[in-house]
Amino acid sequence: MQIPIEYYLILSAALFITGVIGVLIRRNAIMVFMCIELMLNSANLTLVTFSSYLGNSIGQLFVFFVMAVAAAEASVGLAIIIALFRNKLTVNIDEINIFKW
Amino acid sequence: MSLVAVLFIVFGLISLTSAILMVTRVNLVVSALFLIVNFASLAGLYLTLNAQFIAVAQVIVYAGAIMVFFLFVIMLINPEHEKRFLEYKPQIKIFAIVIAVLIFLQIAYIIFLSKPSGKLNKEVSQSISAGTIEEIGRQMFINYVLPFEAVGYLLLAAAIGALVLAKKKFK
Repeated sequence: MQIPIEYYLILSAALFITGVIGVLIRRNAIMVFMCIELMLNSANLTLVTFSSYLGNSIGQLFVFFVMAVAAAEASVGLAIIIALFRNKLTVNIDEINIFKW
Repeated sequence: MSLVAVLFIVFGLISLTSAILMVTRVNLVVSALFLIVNFASLAGLYLTLNAQFIAVAQVIVYAGAIMVFFLFVIMLINPEHEKRFLEYKPQIKIFAIVIAVLIFLQIAYIIFLSKPSGKLNKEVSQSISAGTIEEIGRQMFINYVLPFEAVGYLLLAAAIGALVLAKKKFK
């Protein structure tokens, strides 16, 4: 017996929506970042699922690239958060409004 | 039930509950630890999909490197206590959750309506050979050399950029 592909896709969609809800309701910049990582991972799960069900390894290669880009994104984003915290002494994204007029 | 089905149910439940707990906890360190649990269970799900290399890379890169980095930053800047869920603008948050759940229902409806399992027949031997590091490495170094090099430069640029950004106060 094999698991139908729909279950993996539904699980991935549920993880993605959880990440979206986290981005929408949390006001902490680091928390928003972690929710973005969650969304990236749910997209990875979809890629690996299709790669496995089609018997094609290029999807998993793509997941490898996504991981590298996610690492780069996390390092730059957290550096930006540290720089912001130095200047404003807060990471609440409602109070960071220096571009607002 | 086969072993794969049992593992799928167990890891799927763990990943969903840890994701929901991660979003709802107030303490940032606790939610980072739940995110690590979520990544580890996703690695288990990759194993049920015969993707050994990606599962190991998930544990090393995500649950290891990236989350250590997150915990470092959380403990470095020690952010102020966030307000609880219903203390601050509850109407907007409930509206956001309702919209997100509606979008999830739409996605689920489309997935079940299109029935991808009717068109896809999983060949187990093909699926196993696709997930080995041999096959992925062959694809990476024959057909996808240029993206591989580009990712290397991207990581270098990100490391330098992170150093420059976090070094000192910019005016």
